[in-house]
Amino acid sequence: MARFVLRRLAGMIAVLFAVSVIIFLVFNVVPATNPAQLLAGKNSTPTLVKSIEEEWGFDDSLPQQYVTMMKKVFTGELTSYKPRISVDEQIAERIPATLSLSIGAGLIWLFFGLLLGYFSALRAGGWLDRLLTAVSVAGISIPVFLIAPVLIYFLTYKVEIFPNGSYVPLTEDPWEWLTHLILPWVTLAILSVGFYSRVLRSNMLDAMNEDYVRTARAKGLSERKVMTRHVLRNSLIPIITLFGLDFGATIAGTAIITEVLYNLNGVGSYAAEAAVKFELPPIMGVTLYGAFFVVLVNTIVDIVYAYLDPRVRLGEAAAA
Amino acid sequence: MAIDPQPEAVAAGGPGAGFPPAPAGVSAGTHGPWYLAYKRFVRNRVAVAFLGLFVLIVLFVLAAPIWADNVAHTGPNQTHTLQKLHVDGEVREVVTPEGKPIGPQLFEADGKFFLGADSRLGRDEMVRLMYGGRTSLLIGLTSALITTMTAILLGLLAGYYRGWIDTVIARTLDVLWSLPVFLIALALGIALAYGGLSIGPIELSGGSLWIPILVISIFTVPYIARPIRGEVLALSEKEFVEAAIAQGASPLRVMFGEILPNLASTIIVFFTLMFANNMLFEAGLSFLGAGVQAPNSSWGTMISVGEELLTTQPLLAIIPGVMIMLTVLALNIVGDGLRDALDPRSKVRLEAHAGIVEPKGASV
Amino acid sequence: MSAEGLLAVRDLRVGFATEGGLLQAVDGVSFDLRPGEVLAIVGESGSGKSVTAQTLIGLTRSRNTRIEGSVKLDGEELVEASDAQMRQLRGERIAMVFQDPMTSFNPVYRLGAQIIEAIRAHRGDTGKKQARERVVELFEAVGIPDAERRVDDYPHEFSGGMRQRAMIAMALALEPEVLIADEPTTALDVTIQAQILALLEELNRKRNLATILITHDLGVVAEVADRVLVMYAGRVVEEGTLDEIFYDPQHPYTWGLLGSLTRLDRPRPKRLPQISGVPPSLVALPDGCSFRPRCPHEFAKCTEMPDLSERLSEAPRHCDRCWLEPDEKRTKRQVEGQIGLEAPA
Repeated sequence: MARFVLRRLAGMIAVLFAVSVIIFLVFNVVPATNPAQLLAGKNSTPTLVKSIEEEWGFDDSLPQQYVTMMKKVFTGELTSYKPRISVDEQIAERIPATLSLSIGAGLIWLFFGLLLGYFSALRAGGWLDRLLTAVSVAGISIPVFLIAPVLIYFLTYKVEIFPNGSYVPLTEDPWEWLTHLILPWVTLAILSVGFYSRVLRSNMLDAMNEDYVRTARAKGLSERKVMTRHVLRNSLIPIITLFGLDFGATIAGTAIITEVLYNLNGVGSYAAEAAVKFELPPIMGVTLYGAFFVVLVNTIVDIVYAYLDPRVRLGEAAAA
Repeated sequence: MAIDPQPEAVAAGGPGAGFPPAPAGVSAGTHGPWYLAYKRFVRNRVAVAFLGLFVLIVLFVLAAPIWADNVAHTGPNQTHTLQKLHVDGEVREVVTPEGKPIGPQLFEADGKFFLGADSRLGRDEMVRLMYGGRTSLLIGLTSALITTMTAILLGLLAGYYRGWIDTVIARTLDVLWSLPVFLIALALGIALAYGGLSIGPIELSGGSLWIPILVISIFTVPYIARPIRGEVLALSEKEFVEAAIAQGASPLRVMFGEILPNLASTIIVFFTLMFANNMLFEAGLSFLGAGVQAPNSSWGTMISVGEELLTTQPLLAIIPGVMIMLTVLALNIVGDGLRDALDPRSKVRLEAHAGIVEPKGASV
Repeated sequence: MSAEGLLAVRDLRVGFATEGGLLQAVDGVSFDLRPGEVLAIVGESGSGKSVTAQTLIGLTRSRNTRIEGSVKLDGEELVEASDAQMRQLRGERIAMVFQDPMTSFNPVYRLGAQIIEAIRAHRGDTGKKQARERVVELFEAVGIPDAERRVDDYPHEFSGGMRQRAMIAMALALEPEVLIADEPTTALDVTIQAQILALLEELNRKRNLATILITHDLGVVAEVADRVLVMYAGRVVEEGTLDEIFYDPQHPYTWGLLGSLTRLDRPRPKRLPQISGVPPSLVALPDGCSFRPRCPHEFAKCTEMPDLSERLSEAPRHCDRCWLEPDEKRTKRQVEGQIGLEAPA
């Protein structure tokens, strides 16, 4: 197991390096315009561009430029230039909103997805099962920027059930924090519920035909124990990987749009605001930190997976 | 060893080319496999209905200039800030002094401002919806084509040559797969929209539609390349491939003549699903300003414009969203129907997309 | 103990409702099993032998299954027993060993834990430590070396043969009266097969276990069985002692099975004998004798279903389901494969 963890961590570092190189290429190499001009923002004075050029060393060799960029990101010197604002500080300030949104939504879709999936597997072919099939097809097709406007319009303007947008820190007022986040959570989670219930259901139906489930019955376990300890437990393992990937993709994707739609002032909104102004340093920072976070989550998930399914470790050792 | 009943058809790349010879005793009779797949697809009422819906959507966006010239008498980017409409002797302002755009007129003003105006600029929402749909569909289609072709090429190279070529391609795909692609695409989209692109002879200005197309294409390649590589690995062990190699066929001939035709059903299905996926991807990027740039518009940019007027004119944000949903839903259901029709034994259903076209991995 | 034996099965019928209609997987099977006896149920796949075995412990019960007849364990009726009663009896009084030891253990739990789970399902008051000691004991009893340490291994860390030993250890955990082994050696190498059979035989002797051995391999039967039940298309076609089946087989299907047995004590045949054709589909059985389409000795009367014949010998009985007269059988089977030549008169 220790060897497995070390291998995974090494893999993670390799991917993180790849990410940082990609980001470097995206900002400093690929665009046709002078990168100092890009960093300075639209309609900047030549003085500002000149000083950025020196600060970032765009005359240096590419590896040297890469080192400069990474140094800036990790020492908190990354700033947006009009006005001068520290990107790292902005991100740190906005992380609670982003995490509240993503983690809450993740827990909701996992909980309801698994709950519904479990019951639709027990009654495969029943009405719940058929409903969830339809919902899951719709789920992968409906964009959040359709759900959010509909929810906002009907539940905050037409009928004032929920407060409109904005984020209230948990430490400030837990109740307000909750009510402000309910709609964003639902927006982000609702479509995954159908999908996750489908995945669990089909995993469980496959598992029910496994020989070890017959063995479990033959040794006289109660039906409930057979379903939870053997069928459900084994069916949950692949979902962990799926959830890791989805959670990462949500934080670095759908959540950005949801933050914008609900005015949550999270890291995603920060990137979106910068995007509209063509302000590149914040995007550079958000992308790097976001990518690091996602890669970290995926690595943790891999390790948890290996812990839960001993065969994975074996396969890894055999491949080594 | 069964003898391929239609060797000519295979050589000619004819309708039978996509399938390996039928096993002995399971002969398809007088009808080819494509005919049978067609029959199976047609029997799937839901899929056929959604195919019909997709065709309607395509016709709708193709009709954009006809509607613009003959009904609305305006273009997608033409502003009508100070214009007034005369309806039944009543005068209606396209944009009120407070900046509120006019609501849907349907046919009250002879089809002008059928869905109202889009913003304080007073552009015709219906015309914009039709033209924006062209952009959305065009980007979805083109990027799906590029993605699929790149994926086929990489999959064939990796699966056929194996060795270090496979290692390099497979590892690259793995890394790309584990990255938060949307976020990186967002960064790339902004950087290019701002800075433009110039690689060798290719010069793209920041506003070019090719920028979102290329950005989306790059990041969605692993979704198809990984499964195709796996299939090529399996196919290249099959007897008919070994036979072709033994007869001295060149690698290109084997890859494109023997293996590629057998990937046809996979490619068709994935292309459809990718089309849907890429439309969502584009809408997400455009919504955040990293996709389609003004003066072009797409359904994604229309939502972000409309969203600012959600309280007063909610339809401006909802209608383009509904259009995206209908198109994507239609493509997804047709893709699933195609899978069932082309490979009825396949156990892969919607729930098994998990690792293939996964709902939120790249899209929004 | 009643005269019928420990386990008495009478006219057991198991039908599955499928899209294609009712599938009668088991059609009127009867037998008795005494303690210390090994009863082999032999047949091709689809003959109903596994369904019979699984029905005995209620594993085939479902909404789409119809079970009729009677299964009595020490006088207690099992067909009508509640699910809860069946659950208590499984593992505790009747235990089962399955065919594929690769897939019959849950891959994500340690082997010891899976056996402890079985023990504690029935004896909830057993402490963790006590249960673990019991598993170590069992591992030693079935010949797993280094038992103390291997209890904590995962299934994939065991070889196939060792895994099957662990399977048997699990079956023995609660000292059952009846052990059902469903193709216990089919998935194993030939050398391992012999070891597992020897183990089963030893346990059967030492613990006075009543054992049902399900197999398609007459070689396995010859090693350990006391009595043999030959099944075809859901019905018993012949029943008798090991000697009777091997040296005086009555049913043409049994001849076929014996004929396809490779023997070292005979000159090698020009080609391996086999039963022609394939087993019939259970949804579309032929009229009369089910074996008729594949039987080389078919005659007019075979379109009627033959009953299981009167016993040829005193109890335990030897009987079969064929219209041929005993004398005809003797001559015909000699022609066919020179089977039963050395039969003791």
